[in-house]
Amino acid sequence: MSLLEVHELSKVYGEGAAATPAISELTFAVEEREFVCVIGPSGCGKTTLLRCVAGLLAPTAGSVVLRGKRVARPPDEMALVFQEYNRSLFPWMTARQNVAFPLRRKRLGKQGAARAETALDEVGLGRFVDHYPWQLSGGMQQRVAIARALAYQPSVLLMDEPFASVDAQTRADLEDLILQLRQRFGVTVVFVTHDIDEAVYLGDRIVVLTRAPGRIRETVLVGLPEPRDQIETKALAEFTRLRTHVNRVIKQEAARQPASPDAQGS
Amino acid sequence: MLAALSVLESVTRTELISSRHFPPPTKIFSTLARELGSATLWSDLANTLGGWALGLALAFAIAVPLGIVVGSSALLHRLLALPIEFLRPIPSVALVPLVVLVYGTGFQSKLFLVVFACLWPLLIQTIYGVQDTDPVAMDTARSFGLGRTERLVLVTLPGAVPYIATGLRISSSVALMLAVTAELVIGSAGLGRSINLAGEGGAVELMYALIVVIGVTGWALNSVFARIERRVLHWHVSVRRLEHAR
Amino acid sequence: MRRVTAAAIELAMALALLAVWWIWSAGSDSFYFPPLPDILATFGDTWVFARAGSDVVPSLARLTAGFSIAVVIGIGGGILLGGSRTARGAVGPIVEFLRAIPPPALIPAGIVALGIGDVMKVFIIAMACIWPILLNAIDGVAGVETTLVETARSYGIRRRDRLRFVILPAALPQIFAGMRISLSVAIIVMVVSEMVASSNGIGFFILQSQRSFAIAEMWSGILLLGLLGYALNRGLTRIERRMLHWHRATRSSALART
Repeated sequence: MSLLEVHELSKVYGEGAAATPAISELTFAVEEREFVCVIGPSGCGKTTLLRCVAGLLAPTAGSVVLRGKRVARPPDEMALVFQEYNRSLFPWMTARQNVAFPLRRKRLGKQGAARAETALDEVGLGRFVDHYPWQLSGGMQQRVAIARALAYQPSVLLMDEPFASVDAQTRADLEDLILQLRQRFGVTVVFVTHDIDEAVYLGDRIVVLTRAPGRIRETVLVGLPEPRDQIETKALAEFTRLRTHVNRVIKQEAARQPASPDAQGS
Repeated sequence: MLAALSVLESVTRTELISSRHFPPPTKIFSTLARELGSATLWSDLANTLGGWALGLALAFAIAVPLGIVVGSSALLHRLLALPIEFLRPIPSVALVPLVVLVYGTGFQSKLFLVVFACLWPLLIQTIYGVQDTDPVAMDTARSFGLGRTERLVLVTLPGAVPYIATGLRISSSVALMLAVTAELVIGSAGLGRSINLAGEGGAVELMYALIVVIGVTGWALNSVFARIERRVLHWHVSVRRLEHAR
Repeated sequence: MRRVTAAAIELAMALALLAVWWIWSAGSDSFYFPPLPDILATFGDTWVFARAGSDVVPSLARLTAGFSIAVVIGIGGGILLGGSRTARGAVGPIVEFLRAIPPPALIPAGIVALGIGDVMKVFIIAMACIWPILLNAIDGVAGVETTLVETARSYGIRRRDRLRFVILPAALPQIFAGMRISLSVAIIVMVVSEMVASSNGIGFFILQSQRSFAIAEMWSGILLLGLLGYALNRGLTRIERRMLHWHRATRSSALART
């Protein structure tokens, strides 16, 4: 049995004539400690998939099973990092309070604050625990969001295009941070992105979705050597081969049919 | 809405709430229907609305030009900031006794109170609006060699319009409130006085009918001004959105 | 340094205006506009503290009671209604109508139903203050960033904690905007209700002075109301700044970014 199983998952928005299927009969599994990237043409339902997996959105059909238990609401073994760091951090809480807030559920008391500080230390923000989000740069804000997920000690970390709104250099730093943390804590990661380089660089496996309604087009195994390195890994012939391959699949997919004008955003 | 009315009807019919304090809605509405045929109601309404309209117009004519001048000069704004801060919170109703002394109990008193009360929201909104001019738009205008007046008309004023519209909406309801207050306290002719007289004379159903009239009037005025505001704001916001998307 | 100069200019202007009033009214033999020193002297005699207990305290007590009731009901109702589109649709027209009634028009009805006592005044003040707070709270709650709520949900934060730590703080800037409007309405309604039906209070005192042609007393009352209005507004703004320091900073940093 895999850690996380997605079974024939479908989600349809609206009803009757206005019904728009976002994802359709998706099936895949994620093993313990695996890093899976989900990628696809824009509007293919990546975010819908992730929200269903996170238990935030009830699927129309199919199921998400975590450790043999069906996910009906957000399970406490999962943590989610959103793309919009500036909207997922609570502006009235300091970095420490933001990180400690989800720990209320675990009833840690004083320990919670200590754990929050450790987590902020791990992401390199040890000196900024008492800063408010708006006093931090975009990259630092996303680090706070990552620390918050980390302190929650999830077995599965879900990330929804987490680095899509930061600049290129910060993005590279954050990618390496995630790889490091994953190495240290052995957390399983499901990582949604629209960036092919990012998917190849980070993932053990890439799930490529079709255009909307999203189905699985192909699963690509990434056999790049560990630990990965922004310069060395990206210079490998195998890296280039993989990204060209994924790129081609997505191009074909995007051109497969004329885009329907009301194709909804991810 | 209907549900609320029927609940009200049943509690008043069964005297759960004494009908001497609050008559059943059906009775209020039948009184209202009868009153709609009487000349008094319409002349009261005309009196109240007259005070509202003239007061609002006068306040607009004073506040907007003044706001533009004050808003476009840093020094003037600084000089007048504190006096405005002090004068604004004086509840205009505090001036009721004074205007009675000076103007008597007629229409003029009502007008003065309405103007005084409406002045501040309009003035402050106009100042905000003028000061909120997009500096990039201003520099652009300047680089094209537009003169002071042209910049005022073409750049500053259009940017301030939404703020002024908001000020108008606020002032409109303040104006109605002050018109009714003047009628109630001073006894100038209008709906406020009639409501008071009906209450004192024990004509409870008439009193509530008139309150419904003033409520509907207020609601209609609110809707009109909210619509105007939304229209100019819509334009404003969509412009702002484009800026962010850029 | 620039702030100091600015404050100095503001203060100088205020003093200048006061001086103009002083000089203009000094030679005044107009019955309605007594010399400023007379007004100030009367102000001292009347309010420090001869009538403070008999008129200021009752006024402020009514104001506080009515305003507090409105805050509690407004925020509570806002949370209930803001969270549900159906509830908003059902209650919307009633709220729109009730808030459109100019509050002073309700005073005669208040007298009929509740008499001329404090209960009536508190009730009318609360009635007048609820709407701006309620409507703003509804908007605030309905407009809370969905990502914030989903973040809280994804971490399994309970409903009660979500309300208290996420939705309420997020809606607070709007709620304060409503409270600021309500406060000025509250002062107006307090004064009017005291003028119409009361035997004490600042509104009663001003009207009574005018009727007995105690003009300096009347002016001192107007002055007091101005000061009170200013002080109450300042107080609320100060509380707002303290509670919403994050909000101002977020907005200014967002502005700086564009």
